[in-house]
Amino acid sequence: MEFFVISMLNGLSYGLLLFMLSSGLTLIFSMMGVLNFAHASFYMLGAYLGYTVSRFTGFWPALLLAPIVVGGLGAVFERLCLRKVHKYGHVPELLITFGLSYVIIELVQLVWGRIALEFHPPAILQGPAFTLINNSAQGLSLQWGAAPAQLCAAADATIRVVCSPFPATRGFMMLVALVMLGSVWLLLTRTRIGLVIQAALTHPEAVEALGHNVPRVFMLVFGAGSALAGLAGVIGGSTFLTEPAMAATVGSVIFVVVVVGGMGSLSGAFLASLLIGVLQTFAVAFDYSLGTLAQQLGVAPGSALLSSSYVKLTLSQVAPILPYLFLVLILIFRPRGLLGTREG
Amino acid sequence: MQYAIRHVTVAAILALGGAGFAVAQQAPAKPAAPAKAAAPAGSGPLSGEVVKLVRIDPLTGLLGPVGVSQGKGYQFFAEKFSGAGNPAGVKFEVTLIDNKLSPAESLNALKAALDQGVRYIIQGNGSSVALALVDAVNKHNERNPGKEVLYLNDSAVDPDLTNSKCSFWHFRFDADTSMKMEAMSSFIAEQKDIKNVYILGQNYSHGVQVAKYAKDTLARKRPDIKIVGEDLHPLAQVRDFAPYIAKIKASGADTVITGNWGSDLSLLVKAANEGGYNGKFFTYYAGVTGTPTALGQNGGGRVYQVAYNHYNMGGQMDKWMTEFKQKYNDDFYTGSTIRIFETLGAAMAQAKSTDPVKVAAAMEGLKVKSFNGEVEIRKADHQLQQPLYVSVWQKAGGKYPYSPENTGMTLVPVKEYPNYVSSTPTSCQMKRPG
Repeated sequence: MEFFVISMLNGLSYGLLLFMLSSGLTLIFSMMGVLNFAHASFYMLGAYLGYTVSRFTGFWPALLLAPIVVGGLGAVFERLCLRKVHKYGHVPELLITFGLSYVIIELVQLVWGRIALEFHPPAILQGPAFTLINNSAQGLSLQWGAAPAQLCAAADATIRVVCSPFPATRGFMMLVALVMLGSVWLLLTRTRIGLVIQAALTHPEAVEALGHNVPRVFMLVFGAGSALAGLAGVIGGSTFLTEPAMAATVGSVIFVVVVVGGMGSLSGAFLASLLIGVLQTFAVAFDYSLGTLAQQLGVAPGSALLSSSYVKLTLSQVAPILPYLFLVLILIFRPRGLLGTREG
Repeated sequence: MQYAIRHVTVAAILALGGAGFAVAQQAPAKPAAPAKAAAPAGSGPLSGEVVKLVRIDPLTGLLGPVGVSQGKGYQFFAEKFSGAGNPAGVKFEVTLIDNKLSPAESLNALKAALDQGVRYIIQGNGSSVALALVDAVNKHNERNPGKEVLYLNDSAVDPDLTNSKCSFWHFRFDADTSMKMEAMSSFIAEQKDIKNVYILGQNYSHGVQVAKYAKDTLARKRPDIKIVGEDLHPLAQVRDFAPYIAKIKASGADTVITGNWGSDLSLLVKAANEGGYNGKFFTYYAGVTGTPTALGQNGGGRVYQVAYNHYNMGGQMDKWMTEFKQKYNDDFYTGSTIRIFETLGAAMAQAKSTDPVKVAAAMEGLKVKSFNGEVEIRKADHQLQQPLYVSVWQKAGGKYPYSPENTGMTLVPVKEYPNYVSSTPTSCQMKRPG
């Protein structure tokens, strides 16, 4: 039970980080139709800028300032580069963001070096948020903060006690992702600027005729999307590791989230990231392979087949690549994604 | 007019990006401090001759930081060992080619090196790459007599490379998995509090070999130890190790054995610290770029490393490491680099030639005095026989002051195993030329 609760929380928190990452990508795609390959690079930039800013101002101002700077850089990129190639269609747009991702990686390594940085979360987030105590005699209990040592040590040799702390950084990550979801949704559906943004996508001429500056709206959307990636970067960088490879490690999986959720659907991205986070986490726990499955179904495969490395491959071994398998299946059976409205 | 401006803007952006890229690419290959580069001319038999070496390893991507750091080590020691620094008096020149950790890219890199007339190549990161290179080198040497190339392997530890896949043209300067596991299990055998072991590794040749030898040696030396779990995960794909930690905790393991390196080890130990897992970790690569930072102050006393060196070897090595840190603001940890220059110099002096065939023959059975005593290249399989150390991650200070990545922590040696302990038998049936 304790294993289930902790795994569920791990899965959800990882899923919510994925959502934080992919929400900006989804936003940009749904509003502008641009698939931004440099999105993960903005995430990395957020982490590195967050690190630098936090050395001068502390973590909390950095959490606000770094995303603003990243958003500003994103807006400048949209204004000076993306807008120039916009009229040539989707492929040049995609290529220029692809090129940008390489440039950012090299620039980051030039400025901050190639080794990992020590980007610590603030003291208040360093301990556990709560601790689950599984006592074989007294059952499961929950203690806020770190559990005192005597609760985690068994007085009796026959009683097994397992304490599972849940890191506060992960709790904070979940909180920020939910606040982010709420505010982006409110902004898009309940405010005037959200109305203009949505209208600018489908009826740009009409919006322009009403006196709104459509290119500027696009610039703001791109900047906002980059800022969201930057925010995820500050949190992801301090929770996991700030290093030059961090963009590469998340780059591919956020595209999975966006496609599985349905291109351009914010709620779809939310659903897909939770699903992938939980799926991947629980898959790790299962040591079932095709071979054991066949045996449980009453089929007795030959010993040669059983010793084949493909048949022996367990679910836990393939857990990290399950999202990509999921992506392929979604593209085959439901190309518009889980909650997508757009075709193709 | 506007048209022109647009083009100029785009061109300028491309140029800027290109320049940034080029600078970053060149940075590691730049010879360090050219003013001091001219080592005094040696008095050896081959005085003045230049030996070109090409190192084929990742400079970009996930393992880029490791390859770049090691590349600096090669530049640094090529300078130290040139001229009067080696008994043959030759001058070493090292260039780096990026293989992006891919076997296919490495074969292209090898071809590029051969086209430049290079006769010595170096590689280390990734046994998958090493196995591909050994094959390619064998074929090349068979087809091009008189243009043979030697392959010096500094870190790829798959035992197959000196057993079933052994080659006259391949020399390994790291200790292979079977040797490291021999030392590690001897150490574990003495730790009576270790009862339940979990094996976690990367799902490719290296991780599989670690799991295999861990089970073999523990069954031999501590049959009472239970293997409570075993997991292989895809190489450099896992971002969140918390689920693995939850699984390890649920299994009741008090110790984890892992061959993980790079981000796979950093993130694993980090998740363990956060998830409240208090067991020990037995690793191969705790000291590699990025991992010390991830370990931080948390892994103290719980993370062990088995290797042929550690951060506080003493003597000349300490001076070199301090100088290296001052020069590059980086830590030197791939001691094989030194071994390669030491043995090449000695073998060339003995063979009185820089021809790879003669040098290879001279290297067989060669003994050199290295930073931790005498090491020997075993003739049967070209595996360097050397002492191994088990060290533990602890607060730096006192006798062990060197602190990697300025963490305030260091690897403190807890046990040294002389050559004969870690020496493992070989099944190599080597074909020698001629």
